Amino acid sequence: MESLTFDLERTTVRELNQFLHKPANELEGLKLTVAAPNGAHNLAVGVDAPVQVTIAGHAGYYAGGMNQHATIEIDGSAGTGVAENMMSGKVHVKGFASNGAGASAHGGLLVIDGDAGLRCGISLKGGDIVVGGSVGSFSAFMAQAGRMVICGDAGDALGDSLYEAVLYVRGEVKSLGADAQYEPMAQADLDAVRALLAAAGMDHDPASFKRIASARTLYHWNADANQEY
Amino acid sequence: MCGIVGLLVKTPALRERLGVLMVPMLIGMTERGPDSAGLAVFGKPVDASQRKLSLYAGFTEEGARFAWQPLVEALNAVMDVTARVDSKGNHAVLTVQGDIEGVKTWLREHYPKLYQLSSGRSIDLYKDVGSPSQVAGRYDFANLKGSHLVGHTRMATESAVTPDRAHPFTAGDDFCLVHNGSLSNAHGVRRKLEPQGIHFDTDNDTEAACRFLEWRLREGDTLPVALQRGFEELDGFYTFLMGTSTELALIRDPFACKPAVVAENDDYVAIASEFRSLAHLPDIKNAKVFEPAPEEMYVWKA
Repeated sequence: MESLTFDLERTTVRELNQFLHKPANELEGLKLTVAAPNGAHNLAVGVDAPVQVTIAGHAGYYAGGMNQHATIEIDGSAGTGVAENMMSGKVHVKGFASNGAGASAHGGLLVIDGDAGLRCGISLKGGDIVVGGSVGSFSAFMAQAGRMVICGDAGDALGDSLYEAVLYVRGEVKSLGADAQYEPMAQADLDAVRALLAAAGMDHDPASFKRIASARTLYHWNADANQEY
Repeated sequence: MCGIVGLLVKTPALRERLGVLMVPMLIGMTERGPDSAGLAVFGKPVDASQRKLSLYAGFTEEGARFAWQPLVEALNAVMDVTARVDSKGNHAVLTVQGDIEGVKTWLREHYPKLYQLSSGRSIDLYKDVGSPSQVAGRYDFANLKGSHLVGHTRMATESAVTPDRAHPFTAGDDFCLVHNGSLSNAHGVRRKLEPQGIHFDTDNDTEAACRFLEWRLREGDTLPVALQRGFEELDGFYTFLMGTSTELALIRDPFACKPAVVAENDDYVAIASEFRSLAHLPDIKNAKVFEPAPEEMYVWKA
């Protein structure tokens, strides 16, 4: 299997990304390391091939955004919008992630070993997110489909205006957002959490998680509510 | 946008290299703030009876050719303040002894176009329009020494691109603040402060936050109490980095709309809007890197 290193002290992010945008059949099976990322933005954005990318350090904004098929590992922290709008594949952040991690991801798996900032999984559209630490406020805001497993705590307004995404939280939730509610863990939930934790390489008892989903009271306009929800 | 940088060194040897370490941090934030730049550096305090005034002559006709020595001679002729000056083009640090408020009033009367950037025992302040690398070169930032500093690169959104609207802002002695974000109630805050005799230099929103917090400190609040009142009183988006003669302090608004990253090891605490500006610091690989939480106070002692 071919392996390559792009050293960002010597080459540009544009050259890296243009290389990663070559036709999938030319890249298939490639292992690529990004050396000296030094917090650069837009690393490995828009990859559409089954490649393995290792970012050897801290990444800036939007790392692994729009990913399809690739496995992208960040050996450090990630800035705003990591794996934003991911379609498939996997993005694994070994450190912490800043705001908006996995925003509007349609598919794939985002794993964050450390904490995630605010608005993690905002407008999630079908992707899965596993956070080893805690998530900040307004996470899963308007999340439409997909699952989030949060091994630590959640901030304020978790799952505000939630649609059909399902959230599993092991720690404390500071507050739930409008229309989000706790629901009992069924066997299917335990299986889902077990499988997601295994995919993320984390080891917790699935029974220690609480399920949060939409009460669906905001789905239809209620003229009698008088704008009070 | 706007970029923020801060650096506090923990060992005496690094105080000599404060400027060298900081310049790449400031230039690293050029994309976030290309129109102006500035910084406040805190060094060994002068004697308690003395004050340092950072002065900017860019608004005078002479500009970079401003005649600083005649100013000092004229001042010493009329006031017993043993004034001395250390100048660099349009910028000077004037050190005086005795009636400091009298000196400030005399400067305003006799040199109305000379802008008073800062006042205190340990603060020196530089700010000007231009790219961060231009401003750093103009004032030889690489040679600055001290224990800690607060820097800023500006992309103006709230008021015009002029040297006095660049950051850091100061109020009182040995206090400065830089801001990434925008305040929605800056005029309201200003309307509360002005009737108490607090004078504003510009129409910039950040100046309101700076003067509000300095007013609270002057009224006797500790820094944490003043910052808590800031959370209650200031509405908008902000990451604030503040400097006093002995501390750096950082807060972010409850929505954490504006970024900040901190790297800390045994030698330094470094703060920047983005990791890009920290990446080239010595031994950064072994520093503890973290993102400050919203609505939390972070205070580091020099």
